[in-house]
Amino acid sequence: MSTATGIYHTTYEADLSLRRTRADWIRLTLIAVVVVAAPFVLSPFWLTVANQIGIAIIGAVGLNILTGHTGLISLGHGAFLGVGAYTSAILVSRFDVPTLIAIVVAVAVTTVIGTFFGLPSLRLKGLYLAMATLAAQFILLYAFRNWDVVTGGTEAIVVPYPEIFGWMLRSDFAWYWVIFGVAILVVLGARNLFRSGIGRAFHAIRDQDIAAAVMGIDVGRYKLLSFAISSALVGLAGAMTAHYRTIVTWERFTLDVSVLYLAMIIVGGLGSVAGSVYGATFMTVVPAAIQQFARNVRETIPTLAREMPAIQLIVFGAVIVLFLLFEPRGLDRTWQRIKDYFRLWPFRY
Amino acid sequence: MSRAYRHNLNGSDLAPGATQLEVDDVALRFGGVRALKGVSLDVRQGEIHAIIGPNGAGKTSLLNCTSGVYRPQEGGIRLHRGDGQTHELTAARPHQIARWGIARSFQNIELFKHISVLDNLMLGRHVHMKHSVWKTALFFGPARAQEIAHRELVEEVIDFLEIQAVRHAHVGALPYGVQKRVEVGRALCLQPAVLLLDEPMAGMNTEEKEDMARFILDVNDLAGVTVVLIEHDMEVVMDISDRVSVLDFGSKITTGVPDEVQADERVIEAYLGEEVA
Repeated sequence: MSTATGIYHTTYEADLSLRRTRADWIRLTLIAVVVVAAPFVLSPFWLTVANQIGIAIIGAVGLNILTGHTGLISLGHGAFLGVGAYTSAILVSRFDVPTLIAIVVAVAVTTVIGTFFGLPSLRLKGLYLAMATLAAQFILLYAFRNWDVVTGGTEAIVVPYPEIFGWMLRSDFAWYWVIFGVAILVVLGARNLFRSGIGRAFHAIRDQDIAAAVMGIDVGRYKLLSFAISSALVGLAGAMTAHYRTIVTWERFTLDVSVLYLAMIIVGGLGSVAGSVYGATFMTVVPAAIQQFARNVRETIPTLAREMPAIQLIVFGAVIVLFLLFEPRGLDRTWQRIKDYFRLWPFRY
Repeated sequence: MSRAYRHNLNGSDLAPGATQLEVDDVALRFGGVRALKGVSLDVRQGEIHAIIGPNGAGKTSLLNCTSGVYRPQEGGIRLHRGDGQTHELTAARPHQIARWGIARSFQNIELFKHISVLDNLMLGRHVHMKHSVWKTALFFGPARAQEIAHRELVEEVIDFLEIQAVRHAHVGALPYGVQKRVEVGRALCLQPAVLLLDEPMAGMNTEEKEDMARFILDVNDLAGVTVVLIEHDMEVVMDISDRVSVLDFGSKITTGVPDEVQADERVIEAYLGEEVA
């Protein structure tokens, strides 16, 4: 990875800034224009997809903080998403709690439960921790399905459309602004986390935990903090899904979802906030595009359209395998490479 | 040190020459293997104290006990402070020991490979910083001010170790000798009371060794930091150390100034073996 040459900072403030060059600022402006213009130009189908992307970004940033940045794998994040969704949905539909407060409580509950299931990380690493968090996934899913009194069991919870400050959130268009507003705040917060002490401590634990302890980092505390921040964001994503979709069922929080989120951060780039955004976008757009394609060919090639769900799974699996083989550091690395290519052009290095 | 430094790298306020680190009858076992069999020695404020001995003598084990990575079954290691307080290191956890001012480097480089040199050094400042999730997420304001305040000391260490050119480089991509230097830098950023260096010159060529010896001497002479040094290169050890302790098979043979130790028959025996009659 080459760095931009000829750029000299004369203050520490400038050296710490996230955007350092004019190109960085131009790119940011372009992204801002796209984000603002999107809801006006997208078709209803793609606007729904955009909203799903926004929620996926929040969850993927959360999981990446834990798995990519702190090096602690979790297979329980699908269920943590469910904890956020169920908590918020139950509070609103059964206890008439205002939506905003319900979401805040949902985030808090998910934080506590996520941190609790993070306790094995004090002793376990790698595959062993994956197994321990897998247990969390199954325990929580079992609770969603069988704790009838609280979760309503296998029956879906229907949530009324939320009203925030007297404003009914009904249409995809209105939701778009809420979801992307929150997603942008989450991304900024995460970027800030990784240019200061806490994020550095997470990286230190990921790279060399004994050295981290010897340098004065309370490794156990920071591992739990990572679980807490990560599950808080995932809980937020879950609560927002509940209110956006207005229906909560256990099928949305299975192991598949945990794996999907892991796939997002692997495809996007482990240990990169931007990577989480790329991965969440990519892994939401690909299935949607395949679905759209199936709809388009329904008339002309009915067999292909019928087999689409199977094909979708195959494409999905192939994408993950190909990324692991050819770009294990994800889309974030691809983007770096593209930038380097143009920065150095016409030279190779 | 060539220019005026504003930060004092020495984290101890003991008077030079006072006993700072007291290793008292430390015994460490791994199952049936006795790595340390009752080692006692003392390190004085402001000295360079070398620990030498053949491979497997227990030098690194002793360092690991001091920094809390291993917990010895018997004995104690005490750190004395200027205000008369004493910390018992064998009962504390590594991160607590670091807070008390014990910093170290490792025999096999244990840097944080996937982050920059600067971040590695900033991690040396971790114990001196306040960490709040909310302030961090906002960044602008207290979190940024704190980053910059600590960055100033880190930049002095960068200057001092002459690694300005690589400050933004990823550590994993740097040559071995530079990585060793960064690791010493990371320990220095902690403003240590005692600096434990585990073979800082292993695998280096003469020029790199000379540089490293100069850095160690400067840290010791000018900043007054106590250095405990494990090293196999006898020439370096005898040149720069104030006192030398010799370990063999988990026991201390002797402690003394380099000339005494070199002349000690037990030391010669440990290194060269017994003479066959």
